[in-house]
Amino acid sequence: MSDQKPVDNMSFEDAMAELEKVVGQLESGEVALEQSIALYERGNSLKAHCEAKLKQAEEKVAQITLDSEGKPTGTAPASGK
Amino acid sequence: MSDLIEDAQPGMNAPEFSVSEISGAVKRVIEGEFAHVRVRGEIGRISRPRSGHVYLDLKDDRAVLAAVIWKGVAARMKVAPEEGMEVVATGRLTTFAGQSRYQLVIEEIAPAGMGALMAMLEKRRKALEAEGLFAPSAKTPLPYLPEVIGVVTSPSGAVIRDILHRLRDRFPRRVLIWPVAVQGERCAPEVANAIRGLNALAPDGPVPRPDLIIVARGGGSIEDLWGFNEEAVVRAAFESAIPLISAVGHETDTTLIDHAADRRAPTPTAAAELAVPVRAELLAALAGLEERRRRALARGLELRGRGLRDLARALPRPVELVEAPAQRLDYAAGRLPAALRGLVQGKQIALGRVAARLRPSDRVAQQARRLDRLAGRLPAALRLVTSQRRGRLDAAAAGLRPGLLARSARDRAVRLDALARRFGRATAAQAAGWRTRLDALERLRQTLGYKETLRRGYAVVRSGARVLTTRAEAEGAGALEIEFRDGRLAIGGAARARRDGGQEPPGQGSLF
Repeated sequence: MSDQKPVDNMSFEDAMAELEKVVGQLESGEVALEQSIALYERGNSLKAHCEAKLKQAEEKVAQITLDSEGKPTGTAPASGK
Repeated sequence: MSDLIEDAQPGMNAPEFSVSEISGAVKRVIEGEFAHVRVRGEIGRISRPRSGHVYLDLKDDRAVLAAVIWKGVAARMKVAPEEGMEVVATGRLTTFAGQSRYQLVIEEIAPAGMGALMAMLEKRRKALEAEGLFAPSAKTPLPYLPEVIGVVTSPSGAVIRDILHRLRDRFPRRVLIWPVAVQGERCAPEVANAIRGLNALAPDGPVPRPDLIIVARGGGSIEDLWGFNEEAVVRAAFESAIPLISAVGHETDTTLIDHAADRRAPTPTAAAELAVPVRAELLAALAGLEERRRRALARGLELRGRGLRDLARALPRPVELVEAPAQRLDYAAGRLPAALRGLVQGKQIALGRVAARLRPSDRVAQQARRLDRLAGRLPAALRLVTSQRRGRLDAAAAGLRPGLLARSARDRAVRLDALARRFGRATAAQAAGWRTRLDALERLRQTLGYKETLRRGYAVVRSGARVLTTRAEAEGAGALEIEFRDGRLAIGGAARARRDGGQEPPGQGSLF
C-alpha cells in the first residue's frame, strides 16, 4: 500500500491490473478492516480512472500533409470512411 | 498477297490492308516463324480463372511475354507454375487478333531454378538476419491501449478503410495517416521516411506522436510488394522506437519488413485487431471488477458484523459474573462471628495457663533483699578506697627533696665554664692560622707584581698615566716618567721624582 502511484498518471493497463489485484485482496478477506476500506477507496479511484480512459474513445482521423521533401507540414482531416 | 506488296508504290498510293488482312498476315508470319520455341524467363503475374486455363506472364528484366497454358496441358504438369519461378517454357507463338496481342501457348514448362528476384530476396534476408535486425530480443511489446495510432499506407483504397473500420468496431482511437506510395520505385523511400517521420514527432507537438505504428498494404504480386523488401524500409522498421505492426500483402506474402516489425499481422484488418483491445470487453471486465469490489467489501463487513454478534452472544451477563462470588462472600460472612469468638476463647485459655505459672510478688521481694545487702556494704568499701589512695600520696610527697635540684644546677655551671674556655682556645688558634696564611699570600702577591721585575734592573716608562712600550710612543710624548727599583724620575716637563711610588696605581694621586 505504501508504493501507491497517483492514479491520474497511470496507463489504462496498469490501472486495470492494480484494480484486479485490489479486488483480489479484498476478496481474500485476509486484510484488516481498516486496510480493506483503504483498498476499497483505492479501487474506486482506479475504476474511475479506467472508466474515464474507456470513455475517451473518440475517433479522430487526420492525415499528415507533407511538403515536397516529404517533411510533415501539418495535418488535414481525412475521410477514410 | 505478295503481288500486292510488289505493286506497292510510295506515298498515298500504297495499297490498303483491311485490319483483318494485316492481322492475318502478321499471324501467318509469327506462327510460321515461331511454331516451336523454348523461352526462358521468370513467371510473373499468374491467374487461374475458373475455366481451368492458366494465364501468366513470363518476364526478364526488360520484357514481358504473355503466355497461356490450356486446361488440358495444365492438368498434365507435374509442377504447378508459381510466381517468381524461373522456368523454361516450350510452345508456340500465336497472335490474338481481337486485341492485337501475341502470346506463347505453353505445351511444357519446367522450373529452371529459383527466380532471380527470390534469390536476391533470400540473400538480403540472410544478411539482415545476420546483422540482428530480426532478432526476437529487438522486438518491443505493443502498448495495451495506444492513444494515437500512426498508419503508414496509401490514403485511398481498401486498406485504410479496413483498418479504420475495425478500429471503430473495437476501440475508436485517434489515427494519424502518413500517406505513401505503396508500390513502385517511390514506395520504399516514402515508407522509410514515414516511419522515421512519425518517430521524430515531438510528444507534445502540434501533431501528436503516435504510440503505435501500422505499416499496411493490400495484397499484390512480389513486384508490387517489392518496396517492403527494400533495405531502407527494413532498417527504418527495425530502428523505430515506436512499436510497429507490419501488415503487408495477404497472409501468404512475406516481405522483409515483416521480419523486422515488432508484430506481423496477416492482413490490415488483423493489424487493427492487434492494435487495440475491444472496448466493450474492457467495459464488461471493469464492471465485473466493480461488482466484485463492492461485494467483497460488503461481505467483509457482514462477516465481521456476524463475528461480532456471535462473540457478543457468547459473552456472559455481568450479573452472572457476580453471582457466584457474592454467594461465596455471604457464606464466609456468615461464618465470621463464630470463628472470631472461637479464636478469642482459645487465646484466653492459653493466657490463663501462662498467667497461672507467673507470680510477680516473689521475684520483686528477692531482688529488693539483694539490693539492701549491696547498699549496706557500700559506705565501708568507699572509706577503705579513700584511705588507701591517701597513703600512697603521702609516700610520694615525702620523697620530694630540694637539695637534689641545687646540686644539679651547680654541675651544669661548671660544665658551661669548661666549654667556654675550650671555645676561646679554639678560636684563637684558628685566627692565628688565618694570619699566617694571609702573610704567605701577601708575599706571593709581591713576588708576582712588576716591582720585583724592577729589582732585577728593568724600568717602566710612562707619559702621564699611560705606560709607553715603544720608541715611537716615547718620541711622540711630551714629558716622560721612568720608574726604577728605587723611585720615579721625570724627564722633560715638571714631573717630580717620587721615591715612595708604586704603592698606589699611577694617576690615582691626582684625585686628591
